Amino acid sequence: MELVQIQRRLVDYTKSLFMEGFLDAQFLQLQQLQDDSNPYFVFEVVSLFFEDSEKLLNELTIALDQPNVDFKKIDSHVHQLKGSSSSIGAQRVKNACIAFRNYCDVQNIEGCLTCLQQVKQECYLVKNKFETLFRLEQQIMASGGSVPTIELGF
Amino acid sequence: MESCNCIEPQWPPDDLLMKYQYISDFFIALAYFSIPLELIYFVKKSAVFPYRWVLVQFGAFIVLCGATHLINLWTFTVHSRTVASVMTTAKVLTAAVSCITALMLVHIIPDLLSVKTRELFLKNKAAELDREMGLIRTQEETGRHVRMLTHEIRSTLDRHTILKTTLVELGRTLALEECALWMPTRTGLELQLSYTLRQQNPVGYTVPIHHPVINQVFSSNRAVKISPNCPVARLRPAGKYMPGEVVAVRVPLLHLSNFHINDWPELSTKRYALMVLMLPSDSARQWHVHELELVEVVADQVAVALSHAAILEESMRARDLLMEQNVALDLARREAETAIRARNDFLAVMNHEMRTPMHAIIALSSLLQETELTPEQRLMVETILKSSNLLATLINDVLDLSRLEDGSLQLDLGTFNLYAVFREVLNLIKPIASVKKLHVSLTLAPDLPEYAIGDEKRLMQTILNIVGNAVKFSKEGSISITAFVAKLDTLRDSKAPEFLPVLSDNIFYLRVQVKDSGSGINPLDIPKLFTKFAQNQSTGTRNSGGSGLGLAICKRFVNLMEGHIWIESEGLGKGCTAILIVKLGMAERVNESKLPYMPKMPTNHGQTAFPGLKVLVMDENGVSRMVTKGLLLHLGCDVTMVGSSDECLRLVSHEHKVVFMDICVPGIDSYGITIRIHEKFTKRHERPLLVALTGNTDKVKKENCMRAGMDGLILKPVSLDKMRSVLTDLLEHRVFFEAI
Repeated sequence: MELVQIQRRLVDYTKSLFMEGFLDAQFLQLQQLQDDSNPYFVFEVVSLFFEDSEKLLNELTIALDQPNVDFKKIDSHVHQLKGSSSSIGAQRVKNACIAFRNYCDVQNIEGCLTCLQQVKQECYLVKNKFETLFRLEQQIMASGGSVPTIELGF
Repeated sequence: MESCNCIEPQWPPDDLLMKYQYISDFFIALAYFSIPLELIYFVKKSAVFPYRWVLVQFGAFIVLCGATHLINLWTFTVHSRTVASVMTTAKVLTAAVSCITALMLVHIIPDLLSVKTRELFLKNKAAELDREMGLIRTQEETGRHVRMLTHEIRSTLDRHTILKTTLVELGRTLALEECALWMPTRTGLELQLSYTLRQQNPVGYTVPIHHPVINQVFSSNRAVKISPNCPVARLRPAGKYMPGEVVAVRVPLLHLSNFHINDWPELSTKRYALMVLMLPSDSARQWHVHELELVEVVADQVAVALSHAAILEESMRARDLLMEQNVALDLARREAETAIRARNDFLAVMNHEMRTPMHAIIALSSLLQETELTPEQRLMVETILKSSNLLATLINDVLDLSRLEDGSLQLDLGTFNLYAVFREVLNLIKPIASVKKLHVSLTLAPDLPEYAIGDEKRLMQTILNIVGNAVKFSKEGSISITAFVAKLDTLRDSKAPEFLPVLSDNIFYLRVQVKDSGSGINPLDIPKLFTKFAQNQSTGTRNSGGSGLGLAICKRFVNLMEGHIWIESEGLGKGCTAILIVKLGMAERVNESKLPYMPKMPTNHGQTAFPGLKVLVMDENGVSRMVTKGLLLHLGCDVTMVGSSDECLRLVSHEHKVVFMDICVPGIDSYGITIRIHEKFTKRHERPLLVALTGNTDKVKKENCMRAGMDGLILKPVSLDKMRSVLTDLLEHRVFFEAI
């Protein structure tokens, strides 16, 4: 496909991610930090996020399986996850974490389990989205072009 | 000739008796023969005789009878046998026919009789119908009279004419001797004779209203016959023979709420007037039912006509009143316009005239300041300068305000740089704030558009005014200015029920909050703040130099910008927050070249990069640590990352200028670290600045941070611009607390 077309696809795709609420303005900030001295900044951060989140989600699953659920620990894990997701701008993950924390506060195990599922789901979704995004970026870079910056007016 | 076998007559034929019998028989026969002839003749004449064959029978019977009697004539003398046989035949036939006829008559005579009864019945009916016809005719007459009377009464709207006409027409129709109308007086306790038919000038007799007869008449809506000796009926001089019958009927005076006609007595509900009608004396006339009905109907009509007349009079008066008022209002308006024009002329002149000497005073005083002065002289000059500046401001304010009130002020809309406005305000206010040792921080939300469409000058003036007030009324502490785009729910929360923001695509609402830690305001005084010239006396701020107009002008500017401004304060000594919301248009990204007067944004930020600035970042969360590191690297800092408090304490050195700590992680005791770092670096200039990063908007936390000795607090998420401005502020003021 032509370079311009791929670039346009990338722009549209990114815009759609914003529209659907997967990403928020923080992601734009992240993109701004990427420059020539740091060309893979976004990729690195996002990858780190997914490693982190996988670990955290495993911990959470184990913790919720226990007969005596340690809500403090769960709270701190979810807090971490929330912090990470908000740092990269993964809005839906962050929102799911917030809901999770609420159930944790009232010590509602059923609610927590449901929320855990939701968080996993959101992480999975946003991971796919990011993979697509990075693939497009790679294609652009491979064709010798530059990744277009997104100007979003909201 | 053989003689018959009949018995010899006893008497000889020449006997007198015989002769008479002979003659009678003859005449009987004659009569008998003539009757059927008559019958036939008359039946032929009449067309409707239904019993012809009966007639025939009768005729036959009579003829035969006659024949019998005729033949009898021959039997007086000696007669032959033939005569006898003819006689016998005749007799036999006669007998037969007469028997048949007799039988027939039994059937016919009842019929004939009933004809007679029917005739009688019809006659009665006819008489009855005649009577009824008479009645209907009378009623129709009455109806005609009523219509004519009503027509006469309702053809005019003048009260007097109505009443006069009523009496006249009634008198004429019913041929009355006297007809009078008694109206209730103003007090309602008496009836006054108001109108009479014959007497030209009613002398104003009054009769008390609580008379049993009068009560009886008022309690029924029928016309009531009253005694001629009743006080209301004693209208004629005594001495007549036999007073005619008198009838009285009530006339309801319909109640209307605004009934204020001059000579009309004051009316209330259920008041009645009394109409008295007298038949002529000496006549034997009686009041007929239809006449009474006529009187009742007329009374009702009169009531309606009177009320119409009253309404008309009332509305005419109201219309006249309105016209007068109209004229007066017109005059007042013209006077007001003249006054406004005079004032505007005055202001225009005064504006120029006043500014010229002011300008001279200010300019020369400031020049004087530059020269060599003794301390006392300097003090005096400074006072002169301050006072004249104040005066200049006051002049400007007064002029502005009067133009604002006129509505002649219009906003100067244009595209401008919003960030630049805030920077300007900050730059203008910093000198004063630093003299008072107040810290001013500015936070602009990341989603705030850079460019907007609105009146830049007045927006700046408003914000400057509010910030100036905040600085003015704070003796110590800090002032924080935050600006962000107001979302719909915060808009609705703005405590102004009339403020109905309308969101559309091209506009946004800018919300600016200025929080100070100054002397605060008593919540009861808050409503007065925005009224001009009403200064808050009680807090002893009189010497702070406010003219009392500033906030009033701000409010008017804000209203012009379709926004809202208000102040919140928890009380004296607790500081206050001024919040303003204004509507601005969204601007397209404008070329810098279009705005020649706007300084370029980066230069206003202070430094764009902090080359080599050593910074320590402590964050347990790997991802956010990386993001923060990326931010700071982008700004050119030299970043050291640590993941725990021990590491932080180990690695921190006096080379690090700033330490960013994420304090919202439950495991980290950020206050502990703060204290330990304070202990480590006793000398202030060696110690790095400690800044807390938190996503938590907890005021308590913020206070704890301040108390623990932190130099700053920033809310996550931190954008690039925010980090830049935070670092700039931090390095300049050594303190930065973001408004929560």
